[in-house]
Amino acid sequence: MKQKIGVYICQCGSNISDYVNVEEVAAQAEKIEGVALAKTTMFACADSTQKEIEEDIKSRQLDAIVVASCSPKLHLFTFRNVAIRAGLNPFNYVQVNVREQCSWAHSNNPKQATEKAIHLVIAGIERVKHSKALPAIKISADNAVLVVGAGVSGMRAAIELAKMGTEVVLIEKNHFVGGRVSQWNKLFITDETGQEVVARLYQEVKNHNKIKLFTGTELISKSGGVGNFDIQIQFTPRYVLTTCKPDWEKIQKAISLCPIEVDDDFNFGLTKRKAIYKNFPSELPHIPAIDIVNCNKCGECVKVCEEVDLEQQVEKLNFRVGAILLTTGADSYEPKKGEFAYQEIDNVITLQQFKRLIEISGKELLYHGKKIRNIAFIYCVGSRQQDGENKYCSRYCCTSVIHSAILVKEKYEGIFNFHFTRGVRTYGKQEILYNKAAKQGDIFLQSFEDSPTEVTSENGKTIVKINDILTANMEIEVEADLVVLVTGMVPRENTAISSLLKIPIGRDKFYNEVHPKLRPVETVIDGILIAGTCQSPKTIMESVNSALSAAAKANSLLRTGEIELEPTLAVIDKETCDWCDACAAVCPYDAIEKSEVNGKFVAQIAKANCKGCGMCLPVCPVNAIQLDGYTDVEMEGMISALVS
Amino acid sequence: MENNKTAPKILVFSTEKISDPAIDLAGLLKKHYPATVYSIIVPCSSAVKPKWILHAFEQGFDGVFIAADGSDCPYSETCTENTGKIVTKTHEIMKQKGIEPSKLKMAAICSVCTDPFVKHMKTFAEALSA
Ligand SMILES: Cc1cc2nc3c(=O)[nH]c(=O)nc-3n(C[C@H](O)[C@H](O)[C@H](O)COP(=O)(O)OP(=O)(O)OC[C@H]3O[C@@H](n4cnc5c(N)ncnc54)[C@H](O)[C@@H]3O)c2cc1C
Repeated sequence: MKQKIGVYICQCGSNISDYVNVEEVAAQAEKIEGVALAKTTMFACADSTQKEIEEDIKSRQLDAIVVASCSPKLHLFTFRNVAIRAGLNPFNYVQVNVREQCSWAHSNNPKQATEKAIHLVIAGIERVKHSKALPAIKISADNAVLVVGAGVSGMRAAIELAKMGTEVVLIEKNHFVGGRVSQWNKLFITDETGQEVVARLYQEVKNHNKIKLFTGTELISKSGGVGNFDIQIQFTPRYVLTTCKPDWEKIQKAISLCPIEVDDDFNFGLTKRKAIYKNFPSELPHIPAIDIVNCNKCGECVKVCEEVDLEQQVEKLNFRVGAILLTTGADSYEPKKGEFAYQEIDNVITLQQFKRLIEISGKELLYHGKKIRNIAFIYCVGSRQQDGENKYCSRYCCTSVIHSAILVKEKYEGIFNFHFTRGVRTYGKQEILYNKAAKQGDIFLQSFEDSPTEVTSENGKTIVKINDILTANMEIEVEADLVVLVTGMVPRENTAISSLLKIPIGRDKFYNEVHPKLRPVETVIDGILIAGTCQSPKTIMESVNSALSAAAKANSLLRTGEIELEPTLAVIDKETCDWCDACAAVCPYDAIEKSEVNGKFVAQIAKANCKGCGMCLPVCPVNAIQLDGYTDVEMEGMISALVS
Repeated sequence: MENNKTAPKILVFSTEKISDPAIDLAGLLKKHYPATVYSIIVPCSSAVKPKWILHAFEQGFDGVFIAADGSDCPYSETCTENTGKIVTKTHEIMKQKGIEPSKLKMAAICSVCTDPFVKHMKTFAEALSA
């Protein structure tokens, strides 16, 4: 038990001392057994105070410190470092929150705020009395990162990591890189094409000797933890020699000879494609691929393209990396049958289909042979759902649809655009496009969510109806040649990798970060980071921002070749434990193993896997598990002090 | 309520990454709740031992509130279920010990759920002093 505790009560300028009598708190703290000194200070985090605390620790030989100031979320590491600099173990320091949870929360009652602060500080003293010096857990780390998914986020992160000196293994499930962006022609807000953006990134990826890119590849196993993940990747062959010099004419011949036709995912089912395919001529890598699931191996393509090799085998490779960055992207929402007459009325399509339709259409905009003039865009389909699961806004769609409405009008004459909105969210610079669409004569209508737009078929005509709140709830009808459902983003079906890496999933079913503002690209699993639209709906700019942030985070974690882990681990009392499996069953990280000690089976903590969540504590029927920093003596000591 | 000296003492188990930030935010926004509410941080709401809850009642707390991670838990999707089991188990023991089970409450408090937190604290304090 600690005998020489130093207690520091911060005034935080006057943020604390305006409502809490800090002198009284210090006076009460000083009375507690084991407290060697109790001081108030203007700003505990100021350099001068940090130095003073260091001096006190050394000159008074303090064996523990308590700092009562702001939330530990702000300065926990500041004072841990003070302790380290003074030669004290950082876990013999406790921070007590007397600002956010005391002076500010009870600024309406200074007397009670002071009483509460006294109790909180005494509880902190009780906790630190029983604190253990925890040894720093340092492990060596490989300065290498596995990036999963070669869309814009993955490629941009890979380039930045490589520039900073980190080795990168970049894997892409598809045979071609670029993700969703390669499906969009002109992009908001710069009007560059998706293909151009992807090509630029691909060239940089290929030019960097620190990046190994594997297409047609997935992660199939992972062991180890942060700093040292041992991973195995598996690639499905393209069945076309990668040494082949792409000759587009020859490829086109092979494609035309292929007898197989399947729905073309790239064009969202608007067209068919062959088993040997390339989605567009400049797609990267340049070599075509064979969809072996649908190929009947008739050999027609081999006749004109000797580089086709149907004997290629699935291969596996092993790597060791220090961190894993997931940039696996998102899917577009697929409306349910009957949702705004989708799949019931022929001319109802989705935004992603519409974007491809503009791209693949020739001189006239036709759908199922019919010329399109009136287009009705129905907003927020699969986003901001009242009753459905997707409560969130998908961010990209208002701008994307308005941008597409501008493009379609630029490309084809005689188009009339009608926007059936639930309020337009073209935030930031994207507002310029909204103004442009309005100026070009697009009609914007709006309804509330409880009175949705209706799509019906009357005498072979498709009618879209709204109670428009912008014209005092007037019922407005449009006869539409094409109805475009402005679909949002949904998490990509990726169960294999999600369960392999045990990635936390949020309320919206996208991958979940530790904290949306303070730690936006880290997951709770050390060394596993997320960026781009696998985390939440984002535009390209937002995706790339998060990718760069994740790259910087991963590099700063690994660059020294050594990582320090939080040493808060579960500890098993082997005397009391009588292996029953309850703790292992509840542990989400496989951190509890069965082991034999002196002839009996007991639980054992796999330190590299334990995240210190404490889920195993309450399920133990014999109370044989303690969590460092949250032991029974510490917790019960604090509880008693709070009501003393 | 705030000026009532005999206001019930409530112990809150808050979680480091989810519910404690909401309680911090309540303070930042100066949203007041009874000063007899004390929080202790745990990594995850599924880590609270029934033993600690019972200790709180023995020592004189009038109510215990678990500010659970709910579906936002960064550790496990089954957190709500796990925390629920702890509450059920503790309720059983409380009944055996003659402690009114309604003195232990649990609710999911997300990292920005300041208003729900403040409301829970006010209504819980009122219920306990009734
Ligand atoms: C219709 C539509 C139009 C849009 N238009 C614009 C626009 O004009 N401007 C703009 O800024 N934004 C636009 N966006 C948004 C833009 O598409 C996204 O911001 C961008 O695609 C996000 O990139 P990403 O790399 O995070 O994900 P993705 O583009 O989805 O790429 C993810 C990649 O990961 C791969 N992958 C997935 N799972 C695995 C796995 N298990 N193993 C290996 N690889 C895997 C995928 O195959 C894919 O290549 C639009 C979105 C839609 C739906």
